[in-house]
Amino acid sequence: MEADKPLSLISGVGGKHGFSEEHADLIRQHFRTVCYSDLLINPHLYAPKIQAVFIWKSNPVIQRCLLQSLPSLKVIATEGVGFDRLDLRYIANMGVKVTNARGVASDATADLAMALLLASARRIVQGHQTAAGGPEPTAGTHRLACDVTGSTLGIIGMGDVGYKVARRSTGFEMNVLYHNRTQRSSEDEEAVGAGYCGNMDDLLRNSDYVVLAVNLSPGATALIGHRELSLMKPSAILVNISSGLVVDPDALVQALQSGTIHSAALDVTHPDPLPRSHPLRSLPNVLRTPRLGSSTARTGSRMVQRMVHDALAVLTHPAVPDQVQSESE
Amino acid sequence: MEKPCVLARKFGNQEAIYSCLSSLVEEHFTVIDLETIASQPEFNQKIQAILVWDGCSFLNRSLLQVLPNLKVVVNGGAGVNHLDIPLINSFGVKVCNTPNVVGNATADLAMGLMLASARNIIQGDSFSRCHEEGQDIDESHFGRDVSSKTLGIVGMGNIGYRVAKRALAFDMKIFYHNRRRRPVEEEQMVGAEYCPVLEDLLAVSDYVVLLVNLSKASTHLIGRKQLSAMKSTATLINVSRGMVVDQEALVEALQNKTIQAAALDVTYPEPLPRDHPLLSLPNVIVLPHMGTHTLETSRHMIKQMMANALAALAGETPPDEVIV
Repeated sequence: MEADKPLSLISGVGGKHGFSEEHADLIRQHFRTVCYSDLLINPHLYAPKIQAVFIWKSNPVIQRCLLQSLPSLKVIATEGVGFDRLDLRYIANMGVKVTNARGVASDATADLAMALLLASARRIVQGHQTAAGGPEPTAGTHRLACDVTGSTLGIIGMGDVGYKVARRSTGFEMNVLYHNRTQRSSEDEEAVGAGYCGNMDDLLRNSDYVVLAVNLSPGATALIGHRELSLMKPSAILVNISSGLVVDPDALVQALQSGTIHSAALDVTHPDPLPRSHPLRSLPNVLRTPRLGSSTARTGSRMVQRMVHDALAVLTHPAVPDQVQSESE
Repeated sequence: MEKPCVLARKFGNQEAIYSCLSSLVEEHFTVIDLETIASQPEFNQKIQAILVWDGCSFLNRSLLQVLPNLKVVVNGGAGVNHLDIPLINSFGVKVCNTPNVVGNATADLAMGLMLASARNIIQGDSFSRCHEEGQDIDESHFGRDVSSKTLGIVGMGNIGYRVAKRALAFDMKIFYHNRRRRPVEEEQMVGAEYCPVLEDLLAVSDYVVLLVNLSKASTHLIGRKQLSAMKSTATLINVSRGMVVDQEALVEALQNKTIQAAALDVTYPEPLPRDHPLLSLPNVIVLPHMGTHTLETSRHMIKQMMANALAALAGETPPDEVIV
């Protein structure tokens, strides 16, 4: 019965941040929905009954005052990238679980990591600009592209996404090193030819490409700063598909400007969006994509279905472990 | 002892070997550049080899006629369609290429183009550089999946096979079309299924990668008929030679949305004129033929060129002589 369905909060349907009609219908198969604007107009009608929030394109923005106004809230379901805007500790203290559509996004996110790595290494954007009539780069060493086959890939964060990046790199005969809070099983390691680096410094020193695939947690903030960047090879390329908060942005700018590292390919930055004058917007050795994460047309529906499924799982089995807080890294 | 003399474009110029790698050549040879022999023809009789890199607009009959001691023309790269081999051979001069060192770099670029096209990397980068605060990227820019999609490889030689290996790790379903079928064990290693009929491969592929050698048979292999056989959501990736594709038909197909996108490392001519439609179509990536332009691969190519040149000058059989 319609009235039996739990009530969920969404930012809206249509528009910049809303779900598409098709996706909203997927949610409505199992939940009633209230849009954020309606909640603001009629808080007393809706707020006490909201049990779930579905976040899409980082909306609705979850602030403490909103959380405090939702006494029945049990779960916040997010799409893969974007829960770095949540105050995870505060939410956990309230007894609310966070889910992140674990697994659905990982293929597409791993693909994006490889796309960024290859585009950056092989200077695809620069090449396209040259072909379209841009200035011809002079053929000094620094203008030559970097080889990918046979190079060393260092993966920081070997959860779903990190592991899938490792798998994709095997076709390129890359030597894979990884750093994670816990070591993977030897079968997992052998399947992708990955070697564990208990000490992240070793990984940084030896890698030609460093891919950041950590899930954001308090420990992962500013994981990569001045010191870590200076350990990297001057020919190394940094790829960030996790969260802008994982890298100290000032340290990154300095490293890129001084040649401490060769270049960076970033799907995420902090702050986001970057102010107009921020160097990361204009440095020649930075490739950026606008938080594409796992966004591909087909993944969208699967993502929403997974979010609904995960939220239902929490409501029906409250003992289900929190996906975000308790993940392997 | 004086090093033997080779003719090549001046390092760092267009069609020339990168300056940073010149020592690999000068270790073995004294390099005479084109401007020098033009102004000092006494050098002509010293030239024993010609090094060709990135094009050879200077290599013609009148040049060959004035180099009596020329033994070999060595090309950096696998493709030699730009060289008139029968003409060169008629002067008693061998032609060599470097077929076995370009495979990985070219396969890497094919994958890079496929992923860059699929995930709209170029538009994403432009948007990120220019967008205003609060402006969100349109959903139409989100891109397409690569993992688990279907890849059709046209030309399953050395490089085609390497592309299959890479695609396998993305869980792609792989079909291939080739003049002859590969042994079953080789197919199984990369999970590739043979399509004897090209149009069958084109009909099922989300991504089509062209990796044939250019020959009479493969000129305009992909024309109107073949483009119409492709899915309207498909992407064409060309890292072989521009002439393998009927370029006018390709422009039409993209404009009419017969196919969704194209990513090309090769065109004809190279470079394309600035106002060519391929350079302004929204779903097209064009690169300035950089399939092998990486530091390590360039280094390997030059070393292999040196090995071929030295062998030919010593009267031995060079490892990579091209016999037509």
